[in-house]
Amino acid sequence: MGCPPGTTAPSERLTIVTSTQSPERRRTTPTRPGDRIFRGTSLAAALLILATLAGVAVFLTAEGIPGILASPDEVKHGTGFVDYVAPLVFGTLLAAILALTMAVPLAIGVALFISHYAPRKLAAPLGYVIDLLAAVPSVVYGVWGISFLAPALVPLYRWLEDNLGFVPLFAGPASATGRTILTASIVLAVMVLPVITAICREIFLQTPRLHEEAALALGATRWEMARLAIFPYARSGIISASMLGLGRALGETMAVAMVLSASGVVTFNLISSTNPSTIAANIALTFNEATGLTVNALIASGLVLFVITFGVNFAARAIVDRRKDFSGAN
Amino acid sequence: MPVKSKSMRKAAALGAGAVLALGLTACGAGNESGDGDESSSDLSGTLNGAGASSQQAAVSAWQQGFQTENSDVTVNYDPIGSGGGREQFLAGGTDFAGSDAYLDDEELTQANDLCGQIVSVPTYVSPIAVIYNLPGVDGLQLSPSTIGSIFAGDITTWNDPAIAEDNPDAELPDSAITPVHRSDDSGTTENFTEYLDAASEGTWTAGVVETWPTQGGEAANGTSGVVAAVESGEGTIGYADASQAGDLGQVAVKVGDEYVAPTEEAAARVLDTAEEVEGREDTDIALELDRATTEDGVYPIVLVSYQMACQTYEDADKAELVKSWLTYVVSEDGQQAAADSAGSAPLTDDFREKVQTAIDTIGG
Amino acid sequence: MTSTLQTPRPESGASPIASSLRGRQLPRWVPPALTAAAVLLALVGVFGPVGAWLVLVGWCVAAVIPIWSLAVEGSRKAMDRLVTLLVSTAFAITLFPLGSILATVVSRGAPVLSSEFFTYSMRNIVGEGGGIYHALMGTLLITAAAAAISIPIGLFTAIYLIEYGDGTRLAGWIRFLVDVMTGIPSIVAGLFAYALFVIFFGPGVRMGVGGAVALSVLMIPVVVRSCEEMLKLVPNELREASYALGVPKWRTIVKVVLPTALAGIVTGVTLAIARVIGETAPLLVIAGLTDSVNFNLFDGRMATLPVFTYFSIIVPGVPPGPSIERAWGAALVLLIIVMLLNLAARLVSYFFSPKGER
Repeated sequence: MGCPPGTTAPSERLTIVTSTQSPERRRTTPTRPGDRIFRGTSLAAALLILATLAGVAVFLTAEGIPGILASPDEVKHGTGFVDYVAPLVFGTLLAAILALTMAVPLAIGVALFISHYAPRKLAAPLGYVIDLLAAVPSVVYGVWGISFLAPALVPLYRWLEDNLGFVPLFAGPASATGRTILTASIVLAVMVLPVITAICREIFLQTPRLHEEAALALGATRWEMARLAIFPYARSGIISASMLGLGRALGETMAVAMVLSASGVVTFNLISSTNPSTIAANIALTFNEATGLTVNALIASGLVLFVITFGVNFAARAIVDRRKDFSGAN
Repeated sequence: MPVKSKSMRKAAALGAGAVLALGLTACGAGNESGDGDESSSDLSGTLNGAGASSQQAAVSAWQQGFQTENSDVTVNYDPIGSGGGREQFLAGGTDFAGSDAYLDDEELTQANDLCGQIVSVPTYVSPIAVIYNLPGVDGLQLSPSTIGSIFAGDITTWNDPAIAEDNPDAELPDSAITPVHRSDDSGTTENFTEYLDAASEGTWTAGVVETWPTQGGEAANGTSGVVAAVESGEGTIGYADASQAGDLGQVAVKVGDEYVAPTEEAAARVLDTAEEVEGREDTDIALELDRATTEDGVYPIVLVSYQMACQTYEDADKAELVKSWLTYVVSEDGQQAAADSAGSAPLTDDFREKVQTAIDTIGG
Repeated sequence: MTSTLQTPRPESGASPIASSLRGRQLPRWVPPALTAAAVLLALVGVFGPVGAWLVLVGWCVAAVIPIWSLAVEGSRKAMDRLVTLLVSTAFAITLFPLGSILATVVSRGAPVLSSEFFTYSMRNIVGEGGGIYHALMGTLLITAAAAAISIPIGLFTAIYLIEYGDGTRLAGWIRFLVDVMTGIPSIVAGLFAYALFVIFFGPGVRMGVGGAVALSVLMIPVVVRSCEEMLKLVPNELREASYALGVPKWRTIVKVVLPTALAGIVTGVTLAIARVIGETAPLLVIAGLTDSVNFNLFDGRMATLPVFTYFSIIVPGVPPGPSIERAWGAALVLLIIVMLLNLAARLVSYFFSPKGER
């Protein structure tokens, strides 16, 4: 879905040509067994993927339903499933959305910098540098978050509390260690940034050169060229890249579990030490000591996460498909 | 065409080669090469355990000692947590389990179905220190009721009269207290809240829990997370295994009329004041600690962790292996090794004898 | 193309006609000079003894350019310069966490690296010493197995999507579900693999190959996506030329399409490997941890670098120092492996991609 419409359209057109003509030709020549085997193998591989996904869904549902139906006194958290999972869903969405709010504009900026602003010779190495961020294990992000980022943000949180305390987001009291949901979101933003940047960069680079040069020839500045030629072409790609980033942010486990001071509350206060937890982090934190139906409840929360990511991807897909028709590329 | 396929082969070789090069040169690790040469015992095989992460550091020490003595033996331990450890053991997935809590009645029935009879012994006693980070204040002393109020969120500043009363000589700042607790479920939390519940004289009302009950304060993942959080904030206070406290201040806790610091000796003495849970087999040593003790020199905030095994195994060699393992774990050497590398309190001699009697029943 | 964009306009000299066409401009030396000053100030602010506020000063210096430009050149040019500033700022901001993380990992991990660190396992090691040999081998084996599972499945699926099923409803669904698969949280993949293996091997199962299966669930969608994009880029003329010569479709794919897309596919696969090699959560559940070397994927626990790192940090011994040092060392080794993989992928795409393309 990251594929911009401009590249698919011509190839699709050509494929149609071949596929409408070749069957007629093939009728005259016997179908070779090699062809049948190859086609079968590739179809089997595709179906295996469907089976895997179905397997994940079936497994989560089968194991999760007892947890959803469990009565409050049978599980450790002592509440009904909805009461248990609702604050976690809130925290998951809050952290992921905050992360995206920070990461998407930055990523677009960085991608634009690499693709159109940085010297051509530097573009590849710079892309490599950013891709490195995607390779850092999440445990390392976690440790970095605790030992470096969180303490560094404490003065900022104090300042926010003192000066912007009337805004509910910064009501405080400011965390003494800085391990707040905002810190966790910043770590998440750094983690999803390379994902979004990499895709955006590729799409920006694929902008038809004629469009760009036409814009410049009409006297547009570089920014106007970006606005008129690149962005309309890349819009669907940016959206799908953001959605991939969102998926990553929603499911990130270890880094959040290590960085966040989670209490499982519902609050929009971003800088106190009492924060909402996230589904994935909660699974990691409580799975080890869980037994019986509590495990089922945790797996059910995993199912909820799965459904959320499913929904997000579905929405992204729908948006991208709709935008395709309006994009200025064709 | 031939050019293409040649370049394809080249690239495939490049990709596969990188992995293969490392894979083919694979051989034993430098420190494992001497295996089997001078084994002093005829034990061999693999022993799999899983459970409490609190024991992990001690188990590493025991693994080292046991595997050195019996070089054909490999002991594995997954620090997946007490609950998971007990569950996998009861499902027959592992040979022994480590757990911060003894089996409850339901689990006991399951265990007896599986094993005939369970052998469950305390192997690891570790003091839990109340650690704090308050520049300018050394040797903080607190009474149980004050600790309860702090962690319940009722006392919020360091110069609170209740704290001042325990520390007449200290200059306490008027800064805010940030209590730090575990965000993951853990035996440490369970033992700490058990202490608060029993000794705090009612200032702690949330009961004995494995998951931190109140929503105030700071939460951190794992012992190291708590230590890191306490270190990085100012005016923080938390609880963690004493061995991991590092340079942080450790609160001396009021017991009777004295203030007792978390030392190995003071912690080991808790076992002497403990009572065994009624109605259990002799091989199932489950301890009910007297957290509210007023006895001199006893440090009541400790974590007692158990190891569990079956009395009978289908495979007699396995039974022999488990028996040797547990015997080593509770031996003087084993306990000292754990004390050195995990900071635990060695079991006292009397207690070791009792535990050994239970272990001796393994394998019939 | 960018050479067209980058060419500074005023180079044509001071011809009076040109300047009248161009309108008023900032003096040529101003933007580079101010940018250089800003970068210098920022560098001093980050690395020097003065303090981080210098970074802000530097930014303000750079911010003079668009303001000045507004006064001299008018709003359109000023807007362009402002965006240039913002985009560069975004890049600088991104470099900061990257630099910070790399600096932390390298400075704390590098002192640990030694020949013992690479050749010793943790068997019978307490306190200092020991190494990551077992975890390194585990990571390489499990990742190789995951790749062996994922690459054929992913590649064949991509072939199906592009060569056979393009435009069909089934292909549309598979594309969508592959996208959904990219969103599976890693811990869910681990739980799935665990549940799958429990069915066959009973509870408490720990197996390297289980880890490989869990990683495959995460890796396959990435492989499919990148292979699909690469196959799409293969010009249809090549396929048609092959058909015209009477070459069967499958041989066309094997001999024409795949070699053409090979560089891109290798790049995509390598990036997919890099994506999963650092996963902790699924391996924690299914591959477990051991102190000894285990080369058998189908028997018992296998240590891996991320899990080793995690536990070295979460449950260090006494004193915690050596264990935490080993954790940083392991993290650094993991980072180096991924860097090398990335580099290899880029070299492959550089040397093998058809010349003349982008």
